[in-house]
Amino acid sequence: MIPGQFDYVRPGSLGETLQILKDREGEAKLLSGGYSLIPLIKLRLAQPALLVDMRDLAGLDGIGETDDFLVIGAKATHRQIHENAIIQARYPGIVDVAATIGDPQVRNWGTIGGSVAHADPASDWPALLIATGATIVCTSQAGERTIAAREFFLDTFTTAIEPTEVLTQVRLPRRPKLAGGAYEKLERKVGDFATVGVAVMVRLNADGTIKGAGIGVTGVAATPFAATDGEAILVGNAPSDALFRQAGAAVGAQSSPGGDVRGPVEYKRAMAAEMTLRALRTAVQRALAYA
Amino acid sequence: MSTQHIKVTVNGTAHEADVEPRLLLVHFLRDSLGLTGTHIGCDTTHCGACTIHLDGESAKSCTVLAVQADGRQVKTIEGMADGATLHPLQQAFWDQHGLQCGFCTPGMIMQSAWLLGENPDPTELEIREGISGNLCRCTGYVNIVKSIQQAAAEMAAAAETQTGSPVAAG
Repeated sequence: MIPGQFDYVRPGSLGETLQILKDREGEAKLLSGGYSLIPLIKLRLAQPALLVDMRDLAGLDGIGETDDFLVIGAKATHRQIHENAIIQARYPGIVDVAATIGDPQVRNWGTIGGSVAHADPASDWPALLIATGATIVCTSQAGERTIAAREFFLDTFTTAIEPTEVLTQVRLPRRPKLAGGAYEKLERKVGDFATVGVAVMVRLNADGTIKGAGIGVTGVAATPFAATDGEAILVGNAPSDALFRQAGAAVGAQSSPGGDVRGPVEYKRAMAAEMTLRALRTAVQRALAYA
Repeated sequence: MSTQHIKVTVNGTAHEADVEPRLLLVHFLRDSLGLTGTHIGCDTTHCGACTIHLDGESAKSCTVLAVQADGRQVKTIEGMADGATLHPLQQAFWDQHGLQCGFCTPGMIMQSAWLLGENPDPTELEIREGISGNLCRCTGYVNIVKSIQQAAAEMAAAAETQTGSPVAAG
């Protein structure tokens, strides 16, 4: 497949990039790793007039903790995230996600910013960002704007980013004690998009009951979404398989999958419930182990 | 639409070209440079037949623009053998019948070479995970895994010979 024609520019700084986005508002598309965008332009589902390559923008691939946040630069590759020492030590839910994205070649080059901005309805990172209450940082000439992940994914391939903005960071709340995350993804084969993926974040009270819960779901709606009905069932209650199944059923009910080669609607709802159950089991174990 | 001037080093040889931004790296390699060892399989980032190394990291060259390779090092299957001496992976695929039709082989070998660079002594599971982005429709992968295991052992033995003595404490 041959992409349609476009112009290409590789600016040397974020400032230059923002000026280009302003001058060519609506015509330009940012290129990061390319593993989401290039397939799309090959299929001619996207036909930007100008590709703006972010390769030379320095300082956008850092991963580190501040007082409040785990900050991941937009240009961090899935592999850099997977192998990062802080994430390996304290963020097993993130490791779950990074390990299941695409395949090794995709993880070598694909970036979290590219994936999040692309907003495929079955992509993995959005589920995690929603579950953890992350914020997404977008930069324009007017400055920085933070958008809650829960308000970021508007529709299939559609986000709250303005054409003149660059997604520069994602910020996840730092992991508190007695908190744990997990991601369970059902895929037909390694490297496939999720039939359904469920990311959960659970925080426990000292008495073992659930203080807070986040559930982000991908693959079973027009866009990744927060399974708020399932979250509400969990909070205030003691963890148990019965409770997790109840939450899972609510996640299935709140899903709106389409039937396709990955399965009929009822199967997908059932699998959303099952992945929720499995992710919750793991997350609670991890929360208990992080006292 | 304007062309871009790119400088790409492929298998140690520097190349310069004016390319359309939409030109895919795999087409640049095959059609502009005549390096047809890199195959186009699915053309949708799934099959891995087009796997090459870009600055040492494996990549699917059907999903990379030639302009993205500007200033970078590319290694393809043509860069693996040392003159008439096959790379240990090439020899192992031959010895272990790691190919039947051979279409996936260049990508499989490039991905395996990257894997062994990252992890010189992989378990069978690590090998299978390492080549999970490469599809073979003939072999069922058993002989491919054996090939990679043979190459890993030979490359480790060669590395030992080079360093003069086996590593006592690992």
